[in-house]
Amino acid sequence: MAYLDHAATTPMLPAAIAALTKELGELGNASSLHATGRRARRVVEESRETVAESFGARPGEVIFTAGGTEADNLAVKGIFWSRQADRPRRRILASAVEHQAVLDPVQWLVDHEGAEVTWLPVDKNGAVDPMNVRDELASDPESVALVTLMWANNEVGTVQPIAECAAAAAAFGVPLHSDAVQVAGILPLDFDASGLDALTISAHKLGGPLGVGALLLSRDAAPVPLIHGGGQERNVRSGTLDTPSIAGFAAAACESVETREERAIAVAVLRDELVTRVIEAVPDASLNGPSLESGNRLPGNAHLSFPGCEGDSLLMLLDANSIYCSTGSACSAGVAEPSHVLLAMGASPAAARSSLRFSLGHTSTKADVDDLVAVIPHVVERARAAGRASGVDARR
Amino acid sequence: MGGLRVLAALSGGVDSAVAAARVRDAGHDVTGVHLALSANPQTYRSGARGCCSLEDSRDARRVADKLGIPFYVWDMAAEFHQAVVEDFLSEYAAGRTPNPCLRCNESIKFSAVLQRAKALGYDAVATGHYAQVRHGADGVELHRALDAEKDQSYVLAVLDQRQIEGSMFPLGDSHKSQVRQEAAERGLLVADKPDSHDICFIADGDTRGFLAERLGRQPGHVVDQSGTVVGEHEGAYAYTVGQRRGLGLSVATADRTPRYVLAIEPLSNTVTVGPRAALEIREVAATQPRWCGPYSDAEVVYQMQMRAHGATVPGTVELRGNDVLAKLVEPTFGVAPGQTLAIYEGSRVRGSATITACR
Repeated sequence: MAYLDHAATTPMLPAAIAALTKELGELGNASSLHATGRRARRVVEESRETVAESFGARPGEVIFTAGGTEADNLAVKGIFWSRQADRPRRRILASAVEHQAVLDPVQWLVDHEGAEVTWLPVDKNGAVDPMNVRDELASDPESVALVTLMWANNEVGTVQPIAECAAAAAAFGVPLHSDAVQVAGILPLDFDASGLDALTISAHKLGGPLGVGALLLSRDAAPVPLIHGGGQERNVRSGTLDTPSIAGFAAAACESVETREERAIAVAVLRDELVTRVIEAVPDASLNGPSLESGNRLPGNAHLSFPGCEGDSLLMLLDANSIYCSTGSACSAGVAEPSHVLLAMGASPAAARSSLRFSLGHTSTKADVDDLVAVIPHVVERARAAGRASGVDARR
Repeated sequence: MGGLRVLAALSGGVDSAVAAARVRDAGHDVTGVHLALSANPQTYRSGARGCCSLEDSRDARRVADKLGIPFYVWDMAAEFHQAVVEDFLSEYAAGRTPNPCLRCNESIKFSAVLQRAKALGYDAVATGHYAQVRHGADGVELHRALDAEKDQSYVLAVLDQRQIEGSMFPLGDSHKSQVRQEAAERGLLVADKPDSHDICFIADGDTRGFLAERLGRQPGHVVDQSGTVVGEHEGAYAYTVGQRRGLGLSVATADRTPRYVLAIEPLSNTVTVGPRAALEIREVAATQPRWCGPYSDAEVVYQMQMRAHGATVPGTVELRGNDVLAKLVEPTFGVAPGQTLAIYEGSRVRGSATITACR
């Protein structure tokens, strides 16, 4: 088996499994006032401190959520609404290559709440231009509710010029949110130094459990809550705290940050080998996104196009060979749409459909790359034949 | 004979589920595929129609889980729209009555899907259609299903021998009740799921409304055989030859006998109605014949079927270039241009052609 889909989810770290399973056997609601509650609360708060320290935030800036999507929704919708309090600010600036967890809330605000969105274009490598962000802000800064810009793209691995964009947003006093789900535990991340107002993290992308994440939220940001109830998380997010998941998240955050530098180098070396050897084996395959040498690509990301193939044929054939990757695209009823990211980068729908994402992580080995390289020429040949065959028979 | 690589099309219904299970039990290596045929699948079926909802997709996935086979969704929405939905609209607009299931089998399931499956290394595609494949002197033959009530050989009559060779219909020798019982015994959750019926892409079953929305209101006259206007219509496309109900005529016949749609004339946008006797036909002209196996132009009396689940009529077939003239031994009633003439010899499908005219 070769698991090359770490950007979808990566295996849990043993420390995270230990922390999570230990807590599953413990009793206590972190909001209870008695001893069992205090014990659970202590675990939550220690975890909060660990997560905060891991990502350069203060404990009070960590809002635990049920994952990255909830954190993105809270940031986008909550900040948009809060920015309407004193005067209407209708505009949202968002990159065209955001994850659905940002795209959809933005579009929902446009459709239902009178928001106006400016989709920030990207270059052929998937990067936004900070000057463009500055110009869009400068044209009418008072009208902008927020800017949301992912730190790194989940499909093609492009690392965005966040620092420059944060400086631009700060210059105009406009809050900036960033979905950093693909970055936490993989690239250096210092929330307080970043100048961001809100930042999304997901536990299961860095070796923690599924179903838990956090919004790092500057102390003066007060998004309107999406989930009302007991107000457990700074009155911004309600719901009984999930002590086991939070403990697992903290353990994973701590370890992934400690081992980050060494792992990033090892994963990038392996990734470079994967790209080089796949292109040797399939000469017309090509890498999408920033070049391997550019330094602004996620270390584990290899996103390749195979002309004449459908990505889902490739995926199916690789799956049958126990090699697991992704077409890196949205699913509704499991149907693959051509990637909005590649389309925004200027690819044709056919080219977008011919792509696969291989993503490496902490358990990846050279054997995974060997397994892929061994079968890829045959798989591509088959998928090409299927691509030629799948045209509709117009015979009547 | 096991050991083939088989792609099982899983609609989310009981038939395709049992078909896939039987193929797996026969020792084949089975992969399940659900065809997504609508670009905007409805979350839930309205009523029990259709086969393209998210619920059907989930049901198909759960069947694959239960059978322990891999499962994928293939997006055929663009192909389906072009080959089936657009064809459906243009045929109605031209005053003909298409059969979209047949078109889907011809262009999607046993064409695009089968070809893609073969290219991906599969030996065959299995579906839950009720029909039988037999091996005869001329190679593979397509025959009616054992369950006459469920027989779907008519909607497969457009397939040629190569397509039949690449197909498996594991339910052909079973009755529907057996299939449901078997599904329950296998613990498949779809065992009690209602049959899909009507047209899968018209979720509410309102074909007339579907056509009106897309083809627009086109008011015109309903006339009798003498040309006298006896009513008005909102679009000739909403009528089918042989139709009796819903004509909304303002002038009754003198003897109050019912009237039927005799003809649809798209150019003048006129619907002609008349007595049942005027629907009687003895000859059917059809075009683009497709033969399943070699066809001999001998003086054989075949059984002709001119609509899904319709009765058969004996007759002979004359080939005239790319056209066919079927001469019926006994008259029949209400055959609509656009429908398929399926030609049977006993239970065996010999071929088919698209009906262009009757007299």
